Formats: sequence, structure tokens, C-alpha cells
Amino acid sequence: MANFYTDNPDLKLHLSHPLMQKIVALKERDYADADKYDYAPLNFEDAMDNYDKVLEIVGDLCGEIIAPNAEHVDHQGPHVENGRVVYADGTKANLEACRKAGLMGMAMPRHLGGLNFPITPYIMAADIVSRADAGFENLWGLQDCAETIYEFANDDQKARYIPRVCEGETMSMDLTEPDAGSDLQSVMLKATEQPDGTWVLNGVKRFITNGDSDIHLVLARSEEGTKDGRGLSMFIYDKRNGGVTVRRIENKMGIKGSPTCELVYKNAPAELVGSRRMGLIKYVMALMNGARLGIAAQSVGVSEIAYREALSYARDRQQFGKSIINFPAVYEILAVMKAKLDASRCLLYETSRYVDLYKAYEDIGKERKLTPEEKAELKLYRKYADACTPVAKGLSSEYCNQNAYDCIQIHGGSGFMKDYACERVYRDARITSIYEGTTQLQVVAAIRHVTTGTYRALMDMYAAMEVSEALAPVKAMLDELVPVYQAAVDKVTEINDPVYTDFMARRLVEMAGYIIMAYLLVTDASRYASDSMATSAVVYANMIKAEVAKNASFIEMMSPEQIAIYKAE
Amino acid sequence: MSLNIIVLAKQVPDTRNVGKDAMKEDGTINRAALPAIFNPEDLNALEQALRLKDANPGSTVTLLTMGLPRASEIIREAIYRGADHGIVLTDRALGGADTLATSYSLAQAVKKFGNYDIILGGRQAIDGDTAQVGPQIAEKLGLPQVTYAEEILELKDGYVVVKRRLENGVETVKAPLPCVVTVTGSADACRPRNAKRVMKYKRAVSPSEKAKLSEEQQAYVDAHADLNLQEWSAAYVEADPEQIGLAGSPTKVKAIENVVFTAKDSRRLDDNDEQIEELIKELIQNHTIG
Repeated sequence: MANFYTDNPDLKLHLSHPLMQKIVALKERDYADADKYDYAPLNFEDAMDNYDKVLEIVGDLCGEIIAPNAEHVDHQGPHVENGRVVYADGTKANLEACRKAGLMGMAMPRHLGGLNFPITPYIMAADIVSRADAGFENLWGLQDCAETIYEFANDDQKARYIPRVCEGETMSMDLTEPDAGSDLQSVMLKATEQPDGTWVLNGVKRFITNGDSDIHLVLARSEEGTKDGRGLSMFIYDKRNGGVTVRRIENKMGIKGSPTCELVYKNAPAELVGSRRMGLIKYVMALMNGARLGIAAQSVGVSEIAYREALSYARDRQQFGKSIINFPAVYEILAVMKAKLDASRCLLYETSRYVDLYKAYEDIGKERKLTPEEKAELKLYRKYADACTPVAKGLSSEYCNQNAYDCIQIHGGSGFMKDYACERVYRDARITSIYEGTTQLQVVAAIRHVTTGTYRALMDMYAAMEVSEALAPVKAMLDELVPVYQAAVDKVTEINDPVYTDFMARRLVEMAGYIIMAYLLVTDASRYASDSMATSAVVYANMIKAEVAKNASFIEMMSPEQIAIYKAE
Repeated sequence: MSLNIIVLAKQVPDTRNVGKDAMKEDGTINRAALPAIFNPEDLNALEQALRLKDANPGSTVTLLTMGLPRASEIIREAIYRGADHGIVLTDRALGGADTLATSYSLAQAVKKFGNYDIILGGRQAIDGDTAQVGPQIAEKLGLPQVTYAEEILELKDGYVVVKRRLENGVETVKAPLPCVVTVTGSADACRPRNAKRVMKYKRAVSPSEKAKLSEEQQAYVDAHADLNLQEWSAAYVEADPEQIGLAGSPTKVKAIENVVFTAKDSRRLDDNDEQIEELIKELIQNHTIG
């Protein structure tokens, strides 16, 4: 009776964060739905109990169905038949279980069929699902797209599409094309307005996750003759209307259960979402932010399974007359894996709380005028969310790759064979630092928060928090890293050369991320009185002290003139 | 066609995850050390019932269980997965029942329930492993019984077609309604709990649970009819006091032995057909297999 929620007490701790009180009160509009819906919470405790009980269902499904199916899904994979995707048998069973359990459209409001969950417990479900099967998380997690419909589509579209997602229909976001990957401004898929005001789509999309979904969000060029992002609009394509076929699916290294499709649009009828020309610059940016948080959750889930597989093997494996977990070289790897996992998780939930807060205010702002204080909070939390999301996605995905690598290392030769789950975890992890924006692009999104001081403000806020007596020395050590970070930032801003800033951006963003995650570990471990998190806080702080010094030393030593030698001709 | 479906279920100690505290020194089960769960094969039966409901809109699935008042936990569990109602048959007078007294008591409850089309239950419970209660209820009610059911293939025109999983294969049988069907563990697993149903029906309580709630909570339950689970007593189902509980149970436990399996000698076989054949023959001869 494996349950991936109840067997991981840290999750419940993160869910009990004091900010949840505010998040839930905003999301539930002071529990006004209780009179209208018999499954709506009556008060804060009731809402928290609901999240707990529903996450228990998620944990049960993951432990009993999705994780046991993962290996077969990885081997069988989906295939294409007559232009349609046929999922692996295990994938079908997983989806059916999620539908019956009512785990689709979790964050959607009740009047559209959803559970009205805040982002934080929804992201926790994504964390749990990813531990069970990272590839399946993609299909389940694409319910995120409903959020974009909810935010930007008109009421009629919301009423027609969102209930279908809540009933279990799947979604996809059709953005990438052969010549438009990281650079989405180059999207060419053509949207043509018909004389009756409807639209049709023509062209090709590539690398579309779950591309044969029921409801697609499509980025297309609606303004003939334009070449940049301002000529792109967002459309909904409904598979029931026909017009899109799957030409092929990619043969991938990992997440093999998740079909990655090449799509051909032939006069596919579509509906415009929101305003023309806002497709990329507003809607896709919002969509991507949500998706990036989802990949951060996926990365944490993959880190979790990597750590668990490594730990259990290290306990069982006997060499030289004892379990290998007793050797310093092995237990150090495990401690560092756990520290990276715990650090990623702290940042994941900190970020999701910020997203919850600003989105709740945004949503309330559609119903009534916000007070000046509320507006100020909205602005602040949106800034924190914008700053934390790329770091959470960027660093957690790098950490999950490192953990997957170390998981194999702990397994030794056996890990290189196909006999253990770790080889699948290793392959599945690899995409997390690539899709929804590579780590390099997360750095691009994050660097302005280095130069404008958002990260520094967060550090100062965390530095002012109370911590346990035991962790006070760790916090004191972190307090000393902040000026080291600041000196590096100051040098780069003083030089004020765009090439130099770009070159150093990764190092600066890493330093900011390391220090923030270490502070979060120290404060969370203190707040929740968690011994395991406190251990991770010490291990992580030790590790990042050296990492911060390394990056600082590099920046200190390098002049703008030296950069030229790195450039390949 | 809408059906009235009864599912018989039992709350049992989880004997599948037995730790070192599972047995008391006298060899009886230490119920406190084992979590109380929904008997696994009763969940298989519930799934078959819910499929009948899916295929026949307007049907109702009622869970009937006999046990302590806390057995209302499995009724909520069943409702989370799609059942409509639940009844706990609970009474001090029913305690200590063997299969004969249990089946009599449950048969009385079924009679009291009245209008039903089909009764489903698990093949057996993991605490007693007798597989007797389902068949005994069928006998007491004078109904046909289909045991070892793996799948209900069809239900129409007053009969049901059932696939049975037997030792040497499968058998498909047809039985007139109403009848009793006991479902085996190889049948499809029960569907998961549904999030919305959990959030709603977590507030469903039996009368004895309701008595412990605050006035405000009681008022909430009173205002929502479907949150009231039923508790039936022996008297309510008009059970003969001589035939229930300890008095109605001819089974007497003479002694309980604490058997601990230990690995003894091991034998190493070579990787060839002769040795494997010898081993198989030996295992058949000493009735380990076959």
C-alpha cells in the first residue's frame, strides 16, 4: 500500500506554511462557496483538510498505479496510428485513474467544474506524480493550460472548454516549430481570418508534448507580413473539429511515455483567445511561467526518486563486508543529494506561494477594485514570483540531473544496466533543464532580478527571520555570503558591459539561488522543527559556501577583455 | 433499467502488512497493532457494483457491513469511490459471531432492506479466510449464488452472466436475478477515491458518530440528508437472539497455535530438465503444488 504523499512527511510540513492561511482565504474569498457547493470548504482548517485528503488520493494513485506502470510505459511508449497518437497501455490506465479520481482541473474554480485548489497543493501533486513517473507528469500537468484559458479567454470559451478539462480531457500547448524553438518570435504557423470572422490554421508544429490532445492552445501568426512576436496570436484548437494530424512522434532519450509530436495543420478551425497580437508577448509568457513552475516540480519529484533509489541501494549493497552506505565516499554523495533535493523543494513551495498570492489578487481584481494595499501586495508578490520561478526551474532541473547522475554512481556497474529504475530516472531527468526554456534562458529571465536587487531583497527578508538555536551558526555563515554576492553584483554592474553581464549572468544567478535556497532551508527547518531538513541545511550551506566563493573568485579575476578568448570562431 | 445493488463488505485488520506486534502472546490477533481496512476482495466486488451502476443509470449501490460502529469508516470509503448509501449493522448482541451467525444477521438485514436486484460481496475476508458468509447468505435468502466471480459480463432481462475464475480456467455462467455474487481478487481493482466525493462525504456520519460532534456540526449534518449514514441494530432487523452473536455461533475455538515458518535446509539444483522434473514431482507428491 505505497502512498507517495504519506510516506514523505516533508510534503505535509511544506503545506503547513503560515502563508497558507492568507493564500486560502484569498483563493476561497473567505469561504463564500460553501453555500453553493457541498464539497467547498467551510473554513481554513476544512480547506487544509481537503488538500491533505486529496493529496492522499494522489499519493495512493502514484504509489499503487502510476509508479508500478512506469517501467512498462517507458518500454512500450506511445505510437501513431492513422495520424492519431495511441498511448502506452499503462498511460491509458494512469489517465483513467486520474480522471476517475477527479484530479484534472484541480486549480480551476468550482463553477467551471474544478476543485478550486491553490497552486501550492496542485504543485505538490505535480511533485508527487513526477516521483512516480516524470513522463506521465507531462500529460497530467498539461491541465495547467486551462489556467491560460481561465485568465485570458472570454466567458463563453471558459464555459465551453474548462469543464471538459476538469472532466479529464487532455491539453497541449502548440508553440515550437522547426525554426522556432527558444526563439518563439519566429513562429510561422499561419492563422487566417475567414469572411465569417472565424479562423483557420495552416502549417507545422514540432516537438509538441501530448500533441494529439483534446484541446490545444496554439501560437500562430495572425498578422500577415509581420516577422516578430507582435504578429502572433493565441488560438484554441478543438480536436473534435478535425484538421490537425500527427505526422510522427519523436524517438526520445527519456520521458518516453509522453508523446512528442509533429503536427500538420490543414485548414484547422480555431478560435482566437483574447486580443490579436498578444499571443506571445502576454499569453505565452504567462503560460510559460506556469509551465516553468511545473517543470520545477517535476525536477523535485525526479530528485526525490533518484535520492530514494540511491539510498535504498546503498543500504542493501554489501561490499567489503558491510553496506556501502557506511563508506564516507558514499554517504557524502547521499547527503549532498538529499540537501539538493530539500533545497529545491523549499524554493519550489516558496515560489508557488508567491504565485498563489499574486494570482489570487489578480483574480479578485477582476471582480472588484483592489485597495491600494492589495495592489501593492500584488505587485510585490508578482515580482517575487517572477524572480523565483526561473531560479527554481533552472537550478532544480540542474540538481535533478546531478542527483540522477549520482544515483547511477551509487549503483555502480548495476546502475549502468537496464535492471534498475535509476537508468530511466537518468534519462527522464535530462529534459528538465532543456524544455520550457533551457537553464541558459532561465538565467536570461533571472538576471534582471540580480541587477535590480529583487534577490538581495529576498535575502535580507530571510536574514531577518528567526531560526532555531542549532541553526543560528549556519544562518550567520549565510549572512556573510550576502556581501560576497553583492560585491560580485557590484563589479558586474559597474563594468556595465552587456557582453560581460551576459557572460557572468549564470554565475550571479547561481549565487543568488544558492544563498536563497540555503536561507529557505534554514528557516523552513527551524519553523517545522524538522531534523532531516536541519541536516540538509548544514550540508547545503557547507556546499554552497564553497560554490559562492568559486563563482565570486571567477568574477573577481575576470576582466571584460579576457572574454574574447572564450569565443569560438 | 435502474438497479438496487447491495454490496456486502467487512472492515478487517490489515493482515497483509503484519509486523512483529501483530499477534498477542495467546496467539490471537492484536487488532490494535493492525490498521483496520476495507477487506480487499470486497473492494473488487464494489467495483463490479459500480460498473453495473455506470451501465444502468439511476441505479443505487448500498454498502452493508456488520461490525463495530467504527465500520462506518469503510462505508465512507465506499461512498468516496462511488457508492450511494451505507448501513452498519452494529449491536453488542451481534459480537462474537461465527460465519453462521454472521450470515444469519446479514441475511436479516438484507430482508429488512427489501427491494434489491443483486447482492455482491468479496469472495472472502483476509482475517478469517472462510469464504462462507456469501454462500450462506444466499442459502438463507433462497437465492442462486455465483462464487469466484471475476467479471459481470452482462445483466439484462432478469438474469446475469458472470465469468468465474476457477482453478483450471474460467467458466461463464448465467443466473436469474436476484442472486448473490462473490467476487475474487483477480477481478479488476476498485476505482480510486474521487476528490470531490471525498471533500463532500468526509462529513458523512453514522448516528453514533454524529452524537460526538459539536452542535454546529450536527446542524450541518441534519441539513444534508445524504450525509447521514445508517446504523441498524439486531432488533431493527428482527433477528432471533438465539441465532446471533456468541449464542448463535456453534463454532468454538479449541486452541490457537502460534506457527512460525522458518527456513530449514536448502538444496541446490543444477540447471537441467531432469533435476527440475524431479523437483516438480516431489512438490506434487507432498502436495505443495497441484
